[in-house]
Amino acid sequence: MITRLLAALATGLLALTPLSHADLEVNISNGVLKPTPIAIPDFEAVGVDDDIAQTISAIVRADLESTGLFLVTPKSAFIQTDLNIEVAPRFADWKIIKSDALVVGSVEQVERDGVVLLRGSLRMWDIYGEELMRFEDEAGRLVSGRRFLTRPEDLRRIAHKISDAIYSRLTGEGGYFDTRIVYIAETGSKLNRVKRLAIMDADGANVQYLTSGRFTVLTPRFSPEAQQITYMSYEGGVPRVYLYDLQRGRQEVLGNFANMTFAPRFSRDGRSVLLTQAIDGNSDIYVMDLQTRASQQLTFHPSIDTSPSMSPDGKQIVFNSDRGGSPQLYIMNTDRSLRTCPSGGSAIACRISFGAGRYSTPVWSPRGDLIAFTKQSQGRFFIGVIGSDGSGERVLTESYLDEGPDWSPNGRVITFFREISPGAAPSLWSVDLTGRNLRRIATQTDASDPAWSPLLQ
Amino acid sequence: MRCTLKTSASLALVLGVVACATTPPPEPVVVEEPVVVEEPVVVEEPVVIEEPVVVVPTGPVPGSVDDFLANVGDRVYFDLDQHVLSEEARSVLRDQAAWLTSYEGVKILVAGNCDERGTREYNLALGERRSSVIKDYLVALGVQPSRIETVSYGKERPIAGESNEAAWALNRNGFTQIVSGAAS
Repeated sequence: MITRLLAALATGLLALTPLSHADLEVNISNGVLKPTPIAIPDFEAVGVDDDIAQTISAIVRADLESTGLFLVTPKSAFIQTDLNIEVAPRFADWKIIKSDALVVGSVEQVERDGVVLLRGSLRMWDIYGEELMRFEDEAGRLVSGRRFLTRPEDLRRIAHKISDAIYSRLTGEGGYFDTRIVYIAETGSKLNRVKRLAIMDADGANVQYLTSGRFTVLTPRFSPEAQQITYMSYEGGVPRVYLYDLQRGRQEVLGNFANMTFAPRFSRDGRSVLLTQAIDGNSDIYVMDLQTRASQQLTFHPSIDTSPSMSPDGKQIVFNSDRGGSPQLYIMNTDRSLRTCPSGGSAIACRISFGAGRYSTPVWSPRGDLIAFTKQSQGRFFIGVIGSDGSGERVLTESYLDEGPDWSPNGRVITFFREISPGAAPSLWSVDLTGRNLRRIATQTDASDPAWSPLLQ
Repeated sequence: MRCTLKTSASLALVLGVVACATTPPPEPVVVEEPVVVEEPVVVEEPVVIEEPVVVVPTGPVPGSVDDFLANVGDRVYFDLDQHVLSEEARSVLRDQAAWLTSYEGVKILVAGNCDERGTREYNLALGERRSSVIKDYLVALGVQPSRIETVSYGKERPIAGESNEAAWALNRNGFTQIVSGAAS
């Protein structure tokens, strides 16, 4: 219900003002060495407790700081304290404390059709340009600010939506704060591990456990289009790929495959799931249409073919195969037509990883330009990215075990899990596409196999 | 062990009474001693029938899970990244096949396991390959395929918790689990 409410109401409603487009831009493509200073004073509380406005402001500050792109000006430095969302700030007061941008916000209680809601509003000022920074709203209109409505219990989402608006406005990229991460929560000793499917906000808040832990569950992945998760479970003895509907709270076995199925991943349009079926010890890749439930085999090779991921346009699939003697990344056309391979010649599946080591878990970026992978070399594990033609390989992280990358919906950040040293418990991490801003994502339990949701509606 | 104890005893006692004279004769009175005739008391000895003592063997019951564990072995080990059976593994599997041939009712689940130094999904595929190779070998040695299920646990079921070469070698294994039909 709230989803529809938000879709209907969450939009920029502030009056258009005849100001020119501001110049302040944060260029994030080469990795930011010097974060942009931004001031985010506590939002004004209008008809709500100050606590609520302070909580929302604090979440916005934490979101933006977590990107590594922004340096949030400390409150103690503020000179002007009488800000009003309707009035331009005293630019000189903010220049002196070296803030490039100033966010002014308010939180109000409003009523819509008898329902009490929270409304968060923001405006952003370019301090050196001395002008209001206008936004594009969800309908593509240029507006002077943004407003978001939600139920009071979902106040964190207002904060994340405000953060996404600021991030988007300053970087030109889509946001990723109003998202969730699905992962495997791990408890118990190494020899008797309990693994549960869990979901939380991308900043670690609002953890929910979706399975009891009676059966081992692995490798959850979010649908890029719907509130659905696909994962693998040992429920029923035979390991199989399942589909979990978050809105209905229901799970079902995906397809009627006779054998073990694993390594599921949605296509970018969310309409099909790629997975692996092992028959008599041989793993091959299949694609299943979620509507018709018809499946089709895509690889026919006696070696291991697994961990498929589809390009955003659905035309290509990158996967892991040991057909060359060790696990490496291969790419093929979804229609199995011949390709010209980077190494010369043509084949249905072309190898694209040629560095020293073993490559696995390829995951196509939602932007389509890069493929994230796990690499194993000389006793160490790495997360890296590579072009779909095998060019431009870059390693982003390294530890005793770094595994299982997945992309933020804007393709700027990669989440993965790490065991920092031999015997260490697994934990969730994120790193910028440039390899900067490596951060641990706090979880209540040990955690592995993180996967990012799309931006929430 | 069971013992049966059967006891039956019967006892009969008869007392005789003798009459006395009424006029006392001058002769020395002979007082006859009352004759007490005691019937022989027959006491039956309690009958103890001891059942033959069953000699308990010192090892596990043949055909049991314990027998399989003690005399055959339930795990074979793989080299790094390998699904090829070593001579040692083949030897254990030959014993498994022979044992399974002796106990036709036994059904097994062969699990393929991997060490932690690989990625989860690749290891699931590798574990499946290992369990399948074991199944194929047992079938080639005459075990009916219908008696063998396989499963891969990838790197999810380590038996050694450390993170070193020795532990990884133990964790790269094929585990034959008896699921039904064993003697108890």
